[in-house]
Amino acid sequence: MSTNLINKLRAILPADAVLHETEDLKPYECDGLSAYRQTPMIVVLPQTQSQIAQILQLCHATQTPVVARGAGTGLSGGALPHAKGVLVSLAKLNRILEIDPLTRTARVQPGVRNIAISDAARPHGLYYAPDPSSQIACSIGGNVAENSGGVHCLKYGLTVHNILKLRMLTIDGESLEIGSDGLDSPGYDLLALMTGSEGMLGIVTEITVRLIPVPEKAQLVMATFEDVQKAGQAVANVIAAGIIPAGMEMMDKITIHAVEAFLHAGYDLSAEAILLCESDGTAEEVADEIERIQTIMKSSGATRITTSQNEVERLRLWAGRKAAFPAAGRVSPDYYCMDGTIPRKHLANVLKGIETLSRKYDLRCMNVFHAGDGNLHPLILYDANIPGELEKTEEFGAKILEMCIHAGGTITGEHGVGMEKINQMCTQFTPDELSLFHGIKAAFDPQQLLNPGKAVPTLHRCAELGAMHVHSGSEKFSDLPRF
Amino acid sequence: MQQVLIDQFSATIRAAAENSQPLNIRSGGSKSFYGNPASEQAQILDVSPYQGIIDYEPTELVITARAGTPLTDIESLLHQHKQMLAFEPPHFADTATLGGCIAAGLSGPRRASTGAARDFVLGVRILDGTGHDLHFGGQVMKNVAGYDVSRLMVGAMGTLGILLEISLKVLPLPVVEQTVCLEINEAEAIEYMNRWAGRPLPISATCYINGQLYMRLSGAESAVRAAQTQLGGEIYPAGDAFWKSVREHAHDFFKPAVSLWRLSVKSTTPPLLFPQTKQLIEWNGALRWINCQEKQTAGSIRLAAQKTGGHATLFRNHTSAAPVFQPLNPALAGIHQRLKQQFDPAGILNPGRLYPEF
Repeated sequence: MSTNLINKLRAILPADAVLHETEDLKPYECDGLSAYRQTPMIVVLPQTQSQIAQILQLCHATQTPVVARGAGTGLSGGALPHAKGVLVSLAKLNRILEIDPLTRTARVQPGVRNIAISDAARPHGLYYAPDPSSQIACSIGGNVAENSGGVHCLKYGLTVHNILKLRMLTIDGESLEIGSDGLDSPGYDLLALMTGSEGMLGIVTEITVRLIPVPEKAQLVMATFEDVQKAGQAVANVIAAGIIPAGMEMMDKITIHAVEAFLHAGYDLSAEAILLCESDGTAEEVADEIERIQTIMKSSGATRITTSQNEVERLRLWAGRKAAFPAAGRVSPDYYCMDGTIPRKHLANVLKGIETLSRKYDLRCMNVFHAGDGNLHPLILYDANIPGELEKTEEFGAKILEMCIHAGGTITGEHGVGMEKINQMCTQFTPDELSLFHGIKAAFDPQQLLNPGKAVPTLHRCAELGAMHVHSGSEKFSDLPRF
Repeated sequence: MQQVLIDQFSATIRAAAENSQPLNIRSGGSKSFYGNPASEQAQILDVSPYQGIIDYEPTELVITARAGTPLTDIESLLHQHKQMLAFEPPHFADTATLGGCIAAGLSGPRRASTGAARDFVLGVRILDGTGHDLHFGGQVMKNVAGYDVSRLMVGAMGTLGILLEISLKVLPLPVVEQTVCLEINEAEAIEYMNRWAGRPLPISATCYINGQLYMRLSGAESAVRAAQTQLGGEIYPAGDAFWKSVREHAHDFFKPAVSLWRLSVKSTTPPLLFPQTKQLIEWNGALRWINCQEKQTAGSIRLAAQKTGGHATLFRNHTSAAPVFQPLNPALAGIHQRLKQQFDPAGILNPGRLYPEF
């Protein structure tokens, strides 16, 4: 059966763009979440929109599942292949089609790397704001599929706030234009619906992004706290003073130690928490804001305050935060990154909860935190070679996510549901809500051929799990024991 | 109690669905002029009693309120804490409520620099067309669990669900705002606005009218002062009143109108020439208001907008029988109808308000 499909795909694509030998398929068996692996039946590497349209028509006609893949840096298994499906790599659609400095937009293909857009725009004094930590590798198409954020998104928004228009193909190969050259478009906001839809509704083939002026200046304050609660309060105090920092990141003690051993960024090893708070804008604005941030940190109980005096210092202080993941890799054979988001006021409690779980499961956990927007990234350290440790890690992770839902938050702030968090979706949403998600999917892809089995669990799966839906931080009869 | 109201709404929806009785969802009625008219057979469902602010913590930058809450209540509470709805929504009447504001999805002068209504919606609670009580999104800044149904509600004109509660991201009020004014021709103004928007300057609104380009600067006092020196022009002292009059369509430009068109276009689109019209430009050139003194054919305006990669809305109308929103191509129209079918299988929620077909 697959031979027939391979021959038909070869009629659409050059022979070297249709992979089906096991050793050629191997590199595609997982995305950034390597704990989940699946070899696809076939991998195709199209180069044009019309090739993708023909591939989709073929898959539609033969009822073959289709999974789209960008750079494969996703952390939730969203691009995990389907055993009986075609994996469509968009890596060859990697051209920046147009930079228009006057309208401040860039029109790009989905395989363009996130940072390449900013690099191309910089000569015009412009850049693309969302900056996921994988920005040197991740593709803009994947950013749209996941609604990626980044360190600066409290001030500059997520992918959904920074794209203007998409060209996409539906499962039957029809081309659609979503959004417009203006700032809005008639009808339903399909641009928002497509953003973060994890490849379930269509394949994006062209993206117009918004570019913004490169700030004249950026400066960073690093503040050390001997108490996590105080650091959390400092974040609230900055916001209460009417400041929206360009970035506001927190690291806990175990992270500080791991990072400092790795990079020698000059972090205070006696600290319980470190806050990094960045201001950007005109020179006047930054001078004004930095002074206010320093005052607030001091009055919030910071024991040490360091302010970057130049770009070298600023980047050095950031380097530690950006190296949190590799540092985790250095202190542990494997790590598992979670992505819950909570209202910031619950930070101290959630961190305490994580600590308790860490002891219970006997697994270390580093916490890095987009403190401005409440997005937590606990990194659970484990060793996949120890039998049962991955399972234990997953259970620990699931408990963290449930805690986030209880606190009125969500199971995923920016990494997506993919395969990884599909069970927790049963906890976050009711059967009626999940049914509506399936209905939205059906409005685009009634035969469920696009990335099947991801992002939204079947009601049957939830029933089998026996997961209990929890709403907005409250559950009925919360004093009753749960088993 | 509030839950009793929800149960009542839900019962009304279920009964309406059973009897194929269209509903006209209504709250303050401040935007009932906007969109296609409600069906004549529609029964009014007044959601205004479902009101009140549920949760507001300034340091979380989030407010959650019931759909019937007067917009002025929300804005005055935010102002007490030196915060704002940064998309600067137009009210169009004192009766404006949060639900109508989100259902219409309109944004004011700050839109080009700070974002639109849809950009600030974090979560919603809705009743769908079968009366189910559903929550999407939440009260946190980042949330990618499930499809973004919350933003899909913005501008849907109530055709996908009855909004019950909405959570919005809010922002601090700028410390200082100052408006400057330059005398300049239209083509130059369009170029200027786009050029300045590409520079790191605290420009929060732009408007071109009667040969004058108005620019509002917002931010720290030092930054506003520095930008003012760079931009030149005269300081316009009545800035606040001016932007409010543009936002609320109280400015002389907007009256009298035979019909008022709203064109959303590529920001660098050169001056659009239509005979017997006045024009007002906002959003660095991306929004063009066309006040027609005489009957204009909808076709010519729609075509002009489409050629620029944008679209035209018949915003206020006293004569034309043209549909209000730019018609969708068949493929997009199909997706719209299938989505509508999923949210409202009986087709009873504000049918025809967005597009005559659904």
